[in-house]
Amino acid sequence: MSWIKDIVNPKTRLWEEFYRNRWQHDKVVRSTHGVNCTGGCSWMIYVKNGIVTWEMQALDYPKLEAGLPLYEPRGCPRGIVYSWYIYSPVRIKYPYLRGVLMDFWHEAKAKQQDPVEAWASIVEDKEKRRTYQVARGKGGFRRSNWDECLEIIVASLLYTAKKYGPDRVVGFSPIPAMSMLSYAAGSRFLQLFGGALLSFYDLYADFPPASPETWGEKTDVAESADWFNSKYIVVEGSNLSMTRTPDAHFAVEARHHGAKLVVFSPDFSDVSKHADWWIPVNAGMDGALWMAVDHVILKEFHAERQVPYFTDYLKRYSDAPFLIELEKSGTGYSAGRFLRANRIARYHDVENGEWKLLVFDQTSGELRMPQGAVGFRWQSQKGQWNLELKDGLDGSEIDPQLSLIEKREDVLQVSFIDFGGDRTFQRGVPVRYVETGDGRIPVTTVLDLLMAQFGVPRGLAGDDPSSYDDEDRPYTPAWQEKYTGVGRNTVVQLAREFATTAEKTKGKCTIIIGSGVNHWYHANVHYRTGIAALMLCGCVGVNGGGLNHYTGQEKLTPMASWSTLAMALDWTRPPRLQNGPSFHYVHSDQWRYEKAFPDHHPASGPFAREHFMDLQAAAVRMGWLPFYPQFNRNPIQLVRDAEEAGAKSKQEITDWVVEQLRTGNIRFSVEDPDLPENWPRVWLIWRANALHASAKGHEYFLRHYLGTHNNAIADEVAGDSVQEVVWREAPTQGKMDLVVDLNFRMDTSALYSDIILPSASWYEKNDLNTTDLHSYLHPMGAAVPPCWESRSDWDIFRSLAEKTSELARNHFPEPFREIVATPLLHDTPDEIAQPRVRDWSKGECEPVPGKTMPHLWVVERDYVNLVHHFKALGPGIKEHGVEDHGIEIPVDGLYDEFAKTVPSYEWNGRKYPSLADVLNAANAVLFFAPESNGEISYRGFKEKERQVGLPLADLAEGHRGVRYDFSQLVQQPRRILTSPCWSGIVNNGRAYSGYVMNVERLVPWRTLTGRQHLYLDHEAYRAFGESCPTFKPRINLESTLNLVKSAPAARSLTLACITPHGKWHIHSTYSDDLRMLTLSRGVEPFWLNDKDASKMGIQDNDWIEAYNDNGVIVTRAVVSARIPRGISIFYHAPERTISFPKSPMRNNRRGGGTNSVTRMRLKPVLMAGGYAQHSYRFNDYGPAASDRDTYVIVHKLEGKPKWD
Amino acid sequence: MNVRAQVSMVFHLDKCIGCHTCSLACKNLWTDRPGTEYMWWNNVETKPGTGYPTLYEDQEQYHGGWVLEDGKLRLKLGSRPTELVNISFNPRLPTLDDYYEPFTYRYKDLIDARPGEDQPVAKPISMITGDEMEIEAGPNWDDDLSGSPIYAANDPNLKVLNAEERRQFFEMEQLVYFYLPRMCNHCLNPSCVAACPSGAIYKRGEDGIVLVSQEKCQGWRMCVSGCPYKKVYFNWNSGKAEKCILCYPRLEIGEAPACMHSCVGKIRYLGIMLYDADRIEETASKPDKELVEAQRDIILDPFDPEVIRTAQQDGVDQKVIAAAQKSPVYKYVKLWRLALPLHPEWRTLPMLFYVPPLLPVTASLNQQGRYELDANFFSSLESARLPIRYMASLFTAGDEEPVIAVYRKLLAGRIFKRAQTVGDIPMDKALQALEEAQLNPQEVEDIYHMTSLAGFDEMFVIPPMLREVAIEMGVDPHEFQEERGAGFVRLPQRGL
Repeated sequence: MSWIKDIVNPKTRLWEEFYRNRWQHDKVVRSTHGVNCTGGCSWMIYVKNGIVTWEMQALDYPKLEAGLPLYEPRGCPRGIVYSWYIYSPVRIKYPYLRGVLMDFWHEAKAKQQDPVEAWASIVEDKEKRRTYQVARGKGGFRRSNWDECLEIIVASLLYTAKKYGPDRVVGFSPIPAMSMLSYAAGSRFLQLFGGALLSFYDLYADFPPASPETWGEKTDVAESADWFNSKYIVVEGSNLSMTRTPDAHFAVEARHHGAKLVVFSPDFSDVSKHADWWIPVNAGMDGALWMAVDHVILKEFHAERQVPYFTDYLKRYSDAPFLIELEKSGTGYSAGRFLRANRIARYHDVENGEWKLLVFDQTSGELRMPQGAVGFRWQSQKGQWNLELKDGLDGSEIDPQLSLIEKREDVLQVSFIDFGGDRTFQRGVPVRYVETGDGRIPVTTVLDLLMAQFGVPRGLAGDDPSSYDDEDRPYTPAWQEKYTGVGRNTVVQLAREFATTAEKTKGKCTIIIGSGVNHWYHANVHYRTGIAALMLCGCVGVNGGGLNHYTGQEKLTPMASWSTLAMALDWTRPPRLQNGPSFHYVHSDQWRYEKAFPDHHPASGPFAREHFMDLQAAAVRMGWLPFYPQFNRNPIQLVRDAEEAGAKSKQEITDWVVEQLRTGNIRFSVEDPDLPENWPRVWLIWRANALHASAKGHEYFLRHYLGTHNNAIADEVAGDSVQEVVWREAPTQGKMDLVVDLNFRMDTSALYSDIILPSASWYEKNDLNTTDLHSYLHPMGAAVPPCWESRSDWDIFRSLAEKTSELARNHFPEPFREIVATPLLHDTPDEIAQPRVRDWSKGECEPVPGKTMPHLWVVERDYVNLVHHFKALGPGIKEHGVEDHGIEIPVDGLYDEFAKTVPSYEWNGRKYPSLADVLNAANAVLFFAPESNGEISYRGFKEKERQVGLPLADLAEGHRGVRYDFSQLVQQPRRILTSPCWSGIVNNGRAYSGYVMNVERLVPWRTLTGRQHLYLDHEAYRAFGESCPTFKPRINLESTLNLVKSAPAARSLTLACITPHGKWHIHSTYSDDLRMLTLSRGVEPFWLNDKDASKMGIQDNDWIEAYNDNGVIVTRAVVSARIPRGISIFYHAPERTISFPKSPMRNNRRGGGTNSVTRMRLKPVLMAGGYAQHSYRFNDYGPAASDRDTYVIVHKLEGKPKWD
Repeated sequence: MNVRAQVSMVFHLDKCIGCHTCSLACKNLWTDRPGTEYMWWNNVETKPGTGYPTLYEDQEQYHGGWVLEDGKLRLKLGSRPTELVNISFNPRLPTLDDYYEPFTYRYKDLIDARPGEDQPVAKPISMITGDEMEIEAGPNWDDDLSGSPIYAANDPNLKVLNAEERRQFFEMEQLVYFYLPRMCNHCLNPSCVAACPSGAIYKRGEDGIVLVSQEKCQGWRMCVSGCPYKKVYFNWNSGKAEKCILCYPRLEIGEAPACMHSCVGKIRYLGIMLYDADRIEETASKPDKELVEAQRDIILDPFDPEVIRTAQQDGVDQKVIAAAQKSPVYKYVKLWRLALPLHPEWRTLPMLFYVPPLLPVTASLNQQGRYELDANFFSSLESARLPIRYMASLFTAGDEEPVIAVYRKLLAGRIFKRAQTVGDIPMDKALQALEEAQLNPQEVEDIYHMTSLAGFDEMFVIPPMLREVAIEMGVDPHEFQEERGAGFVRLPQRGL
């Protein structure tokens, strides 16, 4: 090998400087990406000559306890190419205004000096309004300037407030956790103004409704390091390797520590590669498989043999021993409500007896009332709201009877519904009889009901399956085969392995789950079947266990302090917070395109309505859900009218409003959404792709909000089935007067907006970032100043506040008052407002604000001083403290301490801590949060001790002196402190896992029983057959109305359209990035099974059309054996601006994106309110906007693609 | 014995999540310039698949690497005299179709579009001509089995399966894929060096990194053909060949290569290994079946006093020896025998190594036609979805025994940890599995620790690169500090 030489001659190696010189930089700055990926990764940004060159990961996360793998390097292929955007050709460098609107504005301004009047002259001119609406999304932007754009925006805001009310102004920005101050900038402005803020977690259907149903909690999950503590990991609907990129290694590494990894996924996905078992469950049918697993676990680990760990767990931490009343129905019985304490003599007079529940005590054989139910939470005497198994009356010990089978007085046949088979069946349940005020009634336990529901044969007669091989009777391993495609033996073995692992490890089994399951219409039902397995095996509240749901970066860790700033609670309350799904379902008129909702229909009772829209309106009326605009009248004018009618005090004003509502003089806007007075008018969008990736039913957004071109062909069919809500024949096109988008890139939303404001990108601003997936606080940092004319979100909204105060001098010179309506809220006494469903509008009860209807508040606003409120941390925080999860933490003393150490903002002769600069705001969030200020944590635990009556503050004693500020986070990410607002314990490097504080410290869950719920007794759940965990199959094609007008093409197939999160983008971000397009197919393709493709005559990389009544997508096909037959995968949600041609099928209009073929569908049970865990909280509760049950016809595009 | 040091890498394929972050880190740093658009010094391939450039493994087409002829090694491309004759005609080069035509989009149309009748769009255009184009290929075209009937089906390694087995592979019960990150192997016997007519390619003495001198390269492109891994690329803009430099500018300051630094799956280990440079030719000339063992053999035990003494005589610094003793790569390759070279039959003695992946167990359809899994608790040799033959085709020149030995160890380790931490597998069964895999419990703990728990300080171990010594050969380091420290890349010339 003589030609291989060591070359040491320095001359011949001087050229090596070439590459050394490329590896050079001037500075390195810590930042992160604000993109709702859940990564929350710390990155170092390299800057050379004032230009960002590239990014590499930080490698300095503080370690967790010994025996856990390290977090770094976190990151992903998307994150590492982010710097492309900063100087890319899609960068928004200047303010833009659509040309046609600019011309109108210049013309109007030439005539009127006053901007508000100028705006009025445009929007009140029907033709002009129509002209610029139709131009939306069709190019024609012109460079404008900041002053002009701010003036138009504020003119539209003031015009709208004056003419219709501030609640006609809405704002949307999702996922505050990814850059929480950028979010807070807009929300703070909006709440000071009186606008409505739209939620996102439920809109994305990322919110898992089963979580509040079971635990009274939005989502509370383990950080990814805790996966490593697990010994049995089931992954479903979550493609860890692709979408939890920085965290996947923990699951992979756990396997080498002896964990088994089982993956449910219809396609062979990236994470399936790591599985010991890959189980290709048919899409959307996971619930059936879990039902059979639960059947086996109940039979083998609860009925035939009892495992002490499981039994003890169920007694203390679940509703399993609580008693259910059985109600006569038809020939048999049906499961009714939890037996209330005040139904029996012993507890007849206890406070909140309607909200305290009963078990049989094994020792005495008597009925007992364990502490911890919601009634104890809101009673006057505090300290009994805990999970000690003690009687709430006399403190005696209780050993709850899990099953009445041994001591039964009778066996009754209870009917259950088999939704798959569309039939009911009767199964025997052991009962005892209880003397109540209404006579002697049969009761049974939740566990006994479950045994019957799942078909565990216990010799009680009834329609029980004969064996695991019984294919006909639910819910056996053989029964589930027809839904899941998975064999019975596999299911039985899975159940045995799962339960045995839990038995041997005391609960170290976990389900990692995500949108692949959660985006289905019946997701809550599917989730509860898996949760049941976890609960039956004692896996929740255990490190290495639990339901770990990850979809969306929903966890804003310092919530308590942040919400004070973000919702402007330091100046005004309550905020106007709107659940996004209801808002868009109603206002974008998607309700008009459906008939009866596609679910089991109760025959009678309050839920026996044909159209969901009527239930939606009822939910608003009864205070279950928020809705803005509120009324068909300007809420400012309402106060004036009330005053004119003689009302003086706030009480008199609201009484007057209630009376107007009762008599029908004022109507809720939701009852007549197409009346122009009830339209939303101005939409501010920031940090969002609100018109595209976040727009389920995108084509309806284009039609009804924007009034521009669209590809929907569906008929408006609700007229016949909607009964209470007003049906207007003439379709409304173009409700929005103005759509404003803050953006750093030309995405689809920017393209369709009227005004684009250039915002600083993620390496150009300072902010804070947190996630579910790890337990650190870390910063987003400015490596370079905002490029070109861009500004940070904080500075943009501060500019808007300045302009608002300036223009308000003419139009709102004095402070004024208005009416704000808010729903009944979780974590407040509203939780015990409505023991039964009663509609005041039908005379079933009195209209009482905050009890039977929404709260009504008289709120003062001061637009002239709005900018001062924006820039100063107001006295409200001193007065109210900070609050999260019902823990109100006093901050007295600390406010003054903070004020001394930070810059002040002086106004009106008083000094406040300044929020003028975003760094001040970040430091305020950190200072008042229990997760970053040990004293706040300690005080919070003291408050929690008072509520719970057990010692807890020891959890905070060790870190009482800790204070993190922004500069510390810049040096190194810091780990959160154990917080009274969360349920994990993270002291000494322990991995965060949800609910360990409940299990170890006996803190109740925020539910009806205070325990985890297997059974839900709200009337809605009983009406729709979802009280017990059950199985509901995917919605069938006919019910979706997807293909009423769309006919099959020659050689086409109808396929389920599955839209999981993809590999080359995070939602739409990065989907236009050149690197990502290069490493993929140059366009987001449709994935098809090879045999299906060959049936359609489609080869790999051919162009295809995928269409239904909602819209059309034109793209290329990827043909692959890894996709099962009958489904197509189109990864959510590429920009429709990149490389998508026109659709011959739809008049040669540009094809759309993922949401062009979707239309959202809301589920009625999730609207229930004013009832323990079924109570509203922003983003934490409500109907999710599901869209996964979508079908399309796919065929090969004829001829060459057309672009222009 | 002639002791040399080589910086070497291990890829733990079981941990690879296929995210491609490594490829992009590399692209950002090194190949984001005109002429380098299509270069992916580091890429990640889906296996089965045809790789990048397409079908690069098919040496009947490309003639890369070495062949053994009458017991002698020669370049498959042809001996040097023939090569020189054909110097201006090289038919063994991949064409643009085997790579791809780099593309971008008319992005500016989105902002600049005039008012029209429909939504504007950014159309794809060629980066070479600027014209509108149809995108028909890319550097990662068959990712995750994209176009499996065309690409995966034609993976050259699948030829070890018979027709029925190949058909079966594309049914759900057997379908599987895994990822194979690839970069320059910084071979001990590099065919690119041998093929270069200009003598522009060299292997650095201090660390074994193979480099193409950007001064000497004359653009003959014989290295492109000569490298069987197709990891040397031709820069059309500069007219010179370029390839992975193992991030020597980062290594020299004690930082890991960008691909490793950014590896989110934490699959990469980097360390130094000592080898006997006298035995390169002999090792590369072994029969196919002996190649893997021979390559292990040429790697020297850094604790062996004889090796240490010789190394010192050969000028290997004590710090290098110390680093070799802590090398995670040495452990995986030599001590635990878990990491294998890629396509050793090409005889370049590649110095990057792979731990093969565990994959899900196979399934079958029951009487009702439903999917039933093999009852194994973990994946197993017997129920592997991809036959051992396939892995052997990739990593051991077709010899199944070394692959089986690796899998026995990986599985026994998991069984042992299961028995230890859960107990539903009895410990005696676990100990039996260890015995069959020729492992002891301490080794299991060590492997487990390195696989699951090790931090960057254990995964990345290199000696200090003593830059002052290298710089001193050209310029006094003090002078360097004064003149260059402030950042002058080009010093101004007097009188200009």
